[in-house]
Amino acid sequence: MTTTQKPSIKLPAPQAINGGEAVAFAMRQIDPEVVAAYPITPQTFIIEKFSEYAADGLVNSEYINVESEHAAMSACVGATAAGGRSQTATSGPGLALMYEMLWVASGMRLPIVMHLCSRSFSAPLNILCDHSDVMGMRESSWPMLIGASPQEAYDQAVVMPTIAEHKNVLLPVANVLDGFTVTHSVERVEVLPDKVVKEFAGEYEPDVWALQPGSTATFGTLDANDFYFEHKRQQVEAMKNSLEVVRTQLNAFAEISGRQMNLVEEYLLDDAEVALVVLGSSEGMVRAAIDKARADGIKVGMLRVRLFRPFPVADVRKALEGIGSVGVLDRAIAFGTPGNGLLQDIATCTRTMPNRPLLMDFVYGLGGRATPKQLFRQAIDQVLNMNETRVEPDEPAYLGLK
Amino acid sequence: MTLKLRELSLKPDLFGNGHGLCAGCAESISVRQILSALENPPVVALATGCLEVSTTRFPDTTWKVPVIHSAFENSATTISGVEAAYKALVRKGRMEARPLTFVVFAGDGATYDIGFQWLSGALERGHKFIYICLNNEGYMNTGIQRSSATLLGAWTTTTPSGSVRPGKTQWHKDMTKIVAAHGIPYVAQAASHNWKDLMTKVRKAEQADGPAFINVLTPCDRGWRYEPDQTMEVSKLMVEAGLWPLYEVVNGKWKMTGARQKRRPVIDALLSQKRFSHITKNADDATIAAIQAKVDDEWDALQALCAMSAASE
Repeated sequence: MTTTQKPSIKLPAPQAINGGEAVAFAMRQIDPEVVAAYPITPQTFIIEKFSEYAADGLVNSEYINVESEHAAMSACVGATAAGGRSQTATSGPGLALMYEMLWVASGMRLPIVMHLCSRSFSAPLNILCDHSDVMGMRESSWPMLIGASPQEAYDQAVVMPTIAEHKNVLLPVANVLDGFTVTHSVERVEVLPDKVVKEFAGEYEPDVWALQPGSTATFGTLDANDFYFEHKRQQVEAMKNSLEVVRTQLNAFAEISGRQMNLVEEYLLDDAEVALVVLGSSEGMVRAAIDKARADGIKVGMLRVRLFRPFPVADVRKALEGIGSVGVLDRAIAFGTPGNGLLQDIATCTRTMPNRPLLMDFVYGLGGRATPKQLFRQAIDQVLNMNETRVEPDEPAYLGLK
Repeated sequence: MTLKLRELSLKPDLFGNGHGLCAGCAESISVRQILSALENPPVVALATGCLEVSTTRFPDTTWKVPVIHSAFENSATTISGVEAAYKALVRKGRMEARPLTFVVFAGDGATYDIGFQWLSGALERGHKFIYICLNNEGYMNTGIQRSSATLLGAWTTTTPSGSVRPGKTQWHKDMTKIVAAHGIPYVAQAASHNWKDLMTKVRKAEQADGPAFINVLTPCDRGWRYEPDQTMEVSKLMVEAGLWPLYEVVNGKWKMTGARQKRRPVIDALLSQKRFSHITKNADDATIAAIQAKVDDEWDALQALCAMSAASE
């Protein structure tokens, strides 16, 4: 038995890298036993960069070039049931193809890490960003963190395994970074030394694993109507537990990095009369729109939900307390439902608030449609109007639709 | 490579007591023999199917070895992940290296149809594992539906024998040859009744330097419509009629295995199974003639491959 000492990369910090490379950088530092992935735009930066690390012997990981995304998640299931840490990365249609395995991974309580580079679903074929895939997996019992920049993609990537593998959680987790706007944007990214990340992330230490010497464990059993319900109920508890674990781990990460991430991020909400709620990288343009509106004397703020699953109900309620009207920015359509994905969540958790805010929904940015700040100014103006008329529209508004 | 019965009888039974497989099912018999033939401790991946649902019902398990089931189509990829994790754990110094054999058990539906891509991918990548196809020529777990391994003319619940269509109208996929075309080091066909041939092949598969595939004919009394005590007899008839030739492909060399016998006419095997009763009631049935003609052609092609391999030795 030998332990190979790998040379530590001496790169000047901070790095000028895109979101995909930032994720790969964190994956190299974590050095999971298995990475299994299938190429799909806009995820490719992650797996190309990680393949280079593997080719240069900078990781101990087995990199499995699987023949589909379903196989990617299948290999991760095998690897993690065996006792290894495993990671994958995908986007939109790739996520759709592995959908069956998302539920298998969470149902088997395997702490796999997936980097999801958000992309629209076909058809029509479109490789650009929206949150169809994010919404497509929201009920599959995966804690999901949505970052807004290459820096956050890196920071979250470092934290993810510690959430997944926590004994009170044991669930697969998704690190969401927006396709192109984060995956392909080169920005200044502060990285931590390898040693610091390795100490923070530790190693996966399961209680039961297939490769454990002497193991006779059976994974992925058949449950009839006698136990299935109970196992699903346990998953509810694991998801609930994960919320405080995420908070604790984000705080622990802040201690080593100096960068504080929260379950929800607030911007100028303290004195706000109206607010916009957003997921992911659009927050930059939303902030710009808010700054302009503030300069015009409008009391508007922003709430960005980072922990999308489990939905941080208490944090959202607290942040929206005292806000008169809220515009919810949905970057995906939930066809035929009474409200799109994020609106459903916000409506559900604000419904019992005394003096709950009025809500209206905005659909924007589908299939990579541009999201300039003027678009969000339109939203702010419409929310202000609702705040005066006190009439909530039944239908969403479509921002930037031709 | 000789198997000694005395030695085998001393080995612990890794497939335990208590499972829900049907009386007369060939799968439990073959699985027990396959596990006994292995020299290393196995780590098993199961595809969804009869074997899996009958042996892993929570909170019980039939297995005395580690077993992972994840879904129907992906057992070859599940074991890829296990094999990769093993390599990395050893490389990281997190686990001692030790001899292990990674084994998949999957049915013909999981192998020929829904899992075709996953199997092909794992073979191409060259993971070291043994893939056992337990071939009962149909989706027996879901109620005897047709798969691409089902024989021409066979009745199934999705190829019923009607007034217009006499059971399955297509010849079956030759999965063993397709796997052999991947150029992996060991490929074989075996059958439940010939335990020695099967176990010898498992030993060879375990020693192969790369992926190995064994397609095992495991007759199903419920699906093939014969009495449960006839399983071994039916398995033997299928082989003797040339409907399931026993052979192996070792590093690209084709070779027949088992005793050389005069082939019986296919009607002998078809008559043993009521799934063919709608065609066997008439000795002049065109489907019987078609099956015989095709079996003759395939037999000749197989002999030619074996002769070519022998000539190149």
